[in-house]
Amino acid sequence: MQFMLLFSRQGKLRLQKWYVPLSDKEKKKITRELVQTVLARKPKMCSFLEWRDLKVVYKRYASLYFCCAIENQDNELITLEIIHRYVELLDKYFGSVCELDIIFNFEKAYFILDEFLLGGEAQDTSKKNVLKAIEQADLLQECCMTDTVSQSFSMV
Amino acid sequence: MPAVSKGDGMRGLAVFISDIRNCKSKEAEIKRINKELANIRSKFKGDKALDGYSKKKYVCKLLFIFLLGHDIDFGHMEAVNLLSSNKYTEKQIGYLFISVLVNSNSDLISLINNAIKNDLSSRNPTFMNLALHCIANVGSREMAEAFAAEVPRILVAGDTMDSVKQSAALCLLRLNRTSPDLVLMGEWTARVVHLLNDQHLGVVTAATSLITTLAQKSPEDFKTSVSLAVARLSRIVSSASTDLQDYTYYFVAAPWLSVKLLRLLQCYPPPEDGAIRGRLTECLETILNKAQEPPKSKKVQHSNAKNAVLFEAISLIIHHDSEPTLLVRACNQLGQFLQHRETNLRYLALESMCTLASSEFSHEAVKTHIETVINALKSERDVSVRQRAVDLLYAMCDRSNAKQIVAEMLSYLETADYSIREEIVLKVAILAEKYAVDYTWYVDTILNLIRFAGDYVSDEVWYRVIQIVINRDEVQGYAAKTVFEALQAPACHENLVKVGGYILGEFGNLIAGDSRSSPLIQFDLLHSKFHLCSVPTRALLLSAYIKFINLFPEVKGTIQEVLRSDSQLRNADVELQQRAVEYLRLSSIASTDILATVLEEMPPFPERESSILAKLKRKKGPGNLHPDLDENRKERSANGGTADHSSTTSNAKVLLLSCCLLIRMTHCFLIVTVTSPKVAASPTPSTDLLGLGSTITTQNSAPPASKGTSLLVDVFSENIAAFPVETPVAVGPVADENFSRFVCKNNGVLYENQLLQIGLKSEFRQNLGRMYVFFGNKTSTQFMNFAASVPADPTVDGGAQLQQILNIECMSDFVDAPVLNIQFRYGGTLQNVAVKLPITLNKFFQPTEMTSQDFFQRWKQLGAPQQEVQKIFKAKHSMDTEVTKAKIMGFGAALLDGVDPNPSNFVGAGVIHTKTTQVGCLLRLEPNTQAQMYRLTLRTSRDTVSQRLCDLLSEQF
Repeated sequence: MQFMLLFSRQGKLRLQKWYVPLSDKEKKKITRELVQTVLARKPKMCSFLEWRDLKVVYKRYASLYFCCAIENQDNELITLEIIHRYVELLDKYFGSVCELDIIFNFEKAYFILDEFLLGGEAQDTSKKNVLKAIEQADLLQECCMTDTVSQSFSMV
Repeated sequence: MPAVSKGDGMRGLAVFISDIRNCKSKEAEIKRINKELANIRSKFKGDKALDGYSKKKYVCKLLFIFLLGHDIDFGHMEAVNLLSSNKYTEKQIGYLFISVLVNSNSDLISLINNAIKNDLSSRNPTFMNLALHCIANVGSREMAEAFAAEVPRILVAGDTMDSVKQSAALCLLRLNRTSPDLVLMGEWTARVVHLLNDQHLGVVTAATSLITTLAQKSPEDFKTSVSLAVARLSRIVSSASTDLQDYTYYFVAAPWLSVKLLRLLQCYPPPEDGAIRGRLTECLETILNKAQEPPKSKKVQHSNAKNAVLFEAISLIIHHDSEPTLLVRACNQLGQFLQHRETNLRYLALESMCTLASSEFSHEAVKTHIETVINALKSERDVSVRQRAVDLLYAMCDRSNAKQIVAEMLSYLETADYSIREEIVLKVAILAEKYAVDYTWYVDTILNLIRFAGDYVSDEVWYRVIQIVINRDEVQGYAAKTVFEALQAPACHENLVKVGGYILGEFGNLIAGDSRSSPLIQFDLLHSKFHLCSVPTRALLLSAYIKFINLFPEVKGTIQEVLRSDSQLRNADVELQQRAVEYLRLSSIASTDILATVLEEMPPFPERESSILAKLKRKKGPGNLHPDLDENRKERSANGGTADHSSTTSNAKVLLLSCCLLIRMTHCFLIVTVTSPKVAASPTPSTDLLGLGSTITTQNSAPPASKGTSLLVDVFSENIAAFPVETPVAVGPVADENFSRFVCKNNGVLYENQLLQIGLKSEFRQNLGRMYVFFGNKTSTQFMNFAASVPADPTVDGGAQLQQILNIECMSDFVDAPVLNIQFRYGGTLQNVAVKLPITLNKFFQPTEMTSQDFFQRWKQLGAPQQEVQKIFKAKHSMDTEVTKAKIMGFGAALLDGVDPNPSNFVGAGVIHTKTTQVGCLLRLEPNTQAQMYRLTLRTSRDTVSQRLCDLLSEQF
């Protein structure tokens, strides 16, 4: 995988993870181009598209688009499930995750992603193992606050 | 404000994020951010030492601001400090900041590397993981240098925790991707392979990715992984869906690991060991069988995971391309997917079948699905799926179904999305040519292409139909009749007029017997389109007219009348005017015999690969043309390489407008030339002259008949349209010995060897320029097949000179000069010469006079460090004041007297004109005669311009 982007229906970038070295300028250009392309697609269209010399795999969860760019020989369907597994991890961690969780706890979203994907490849695909790693870290931390969820992903 | 859900609440951060979200406008947001930045800056600079929590909070805020898309230029140091905190959360934020905002600041890099080193040796798995994640996320060369040896040690050490092994494996994978030269194989490689046997499936998953990457680099070292991978795969495939516990995903056993193992096996040919091979075949069969079983869940995740494995298995089957039964089974499976209700599956099935179509074992099986694919083309609602259908039809096409497929593609073309029309046109043109049994079908097809999608028919396509018609006698009469009929339509595409003009000009006589297409009717028909056409097409039509004069003496009067009219003879376009004048003279002066020789039918084109195919390859990336993945990758990277190259150097746009003029006669014997002289309506091939990605249009014009009438024949020794657009030949080193001489002057001899002399005369004005290139043949023998990058006159007679005019436009500032490639045949050998054309940035200088006061005011305005470039260098020539002055003026700047207080210094000013901008330039040259040194200072509003001008000018003294 070359990169992963999370953005809202309004085109606001919520998370960006780059597994190839690119300049900030290039990253911004790619993001702009891809957000536009994906947002322009209609709901029933297929989740894959050719873009430059890469394949883009995307899926929408509630108000968020998850979008991965993979290389030509990579497997599209398994990438779709990478996205889904990441959503599941977020959901499990935040408890009915919504866009606001990712905005306010962006650093957590990055940590979870790092535990799951590294260098663009799946590190561990077991939900339990990934969450264990995150929760261990959280044990070292202070208090827990209750959360109010305004809008949750309609996922499963 | 929603509350933070878990972990360490950073209230300040949450408040800040809320504030940003509540901003009503972009301005308000920027204001709030600036306020926060000022606050953080003062906290960081303050005397009071910050506690870890505050530091973490502020660093996190900076990160948030950066991720919003704003620049961050401080805070790196504080983040690095966090790395050495012993609190996990602080360290974690520090690493996140470093991973996202890598800065190649060398001081920091060594500090960061130190912190990482400490964590790697801490033996605390959570800390080690953080450090490994950071290396993997940054992946820079510096990190590779520091850790490429350490990470493999951690990976294979016996006491390393599983989670650390996983991170280490993927960390190494990333380092190998970014700096493969630093990741050295060694004793550890064998032990990495054995990780495929690890108990922990997470470790196996990570290791498989790593091994796949490394096996691509050095397959020999990882050959043993094949048997282990097969064994592992076999165990997964045959396990019950619950055996693998948490690695079972929606009732599919370890789908990610299966896909990765199958991918690893694609790095190798089929296993030679019969037992392993048998086991693998069994696995693949099981996977294919499972696809037929009823789904264990209705969830899309279940079917996606299952099919991901299936598609990867099919990829492996195609890669091996050795088991006919498996290939056919794969094809049948994909055939089922072609009608699946999931769009994603239909898309992937079409894509995957494209590669199956090129295997000899499955080609026939793929062909049985033709109706389904055609149906997909007509009924799919998603353009990307339709595109896949087009690709597949193209891939499955052969002699048996070509007519059907071409017909379907043609009819689809009428309603196709604009985005894929050009590609379909190219594909249809290629298929029609490749599988044409009789060429009347081919001609019909191309004319239909022009009719349905004329705008998308590129020049290559219509050149090709002309080449084919000229080379094949049997189709010429039919072609003439068909274009004649097609031209009857009240509105026809300009491309049709071009083809029509060319073909009727050559073969109109073949249908002139029919009174419905008598010469006069043909001419009137063509001429009725004339006024609606662009200049290149009109030029082509004029050439068709002169050919008519030869073919049909009875319309000579009518055509001469047309040529003589003011709208031709005094046309504002020099090309059209010239053709009209010359053709009129030619038709009135030359005898019928001479006319017949000059205007004889075009000789056949040399047979060669279709240029259309090359174009499709360029356009498409070769993915759907060749099944061989490796070759694709190679080509792709080659393509990518050139594209990058051209984007950096494509600034000099050269327009080659009119070449082959005047062949000056110096010897009488030249009158008798051996080549058969011809004039033809000339297509206007556009070729990338300089390999710079710039646009060049050439129009070959007939030369003016300015010499004595007895020499006319020779004047017309042209063979323009017949001249093939040669593929670029590998040329020797580019000659640039005389290049620097032209920096300060515009005329002179650019290149000379025993055979050829190239002279230049050029003039520049603002961002435009015109360069006359003279090719002189120094020998007494004819050069054949002469080409100067673009079709030029293919013969240059002994002692004769040929002239080309290049029109030049400067699009933006540039460094690299265009290269002129010249190729010709002298005696029996092909000669290649490449010369750098002295088109330099300073040519687009307009001198600017200004007073001393103005000069210094502007000099100060251009005071930013990057705007100034200075060079101190030793004089190479004598330091003569007058010569220096002449050079500066020749360089293009205005020489300003009395500006510099020191009279021995020179100052100059001017403006560089490019198409988009103008760049003001000031220069100052201070000679030191005692030391024989100069100091040259350039100040311009653009750093690249300053640098380039300084480099150019400093070479001159």
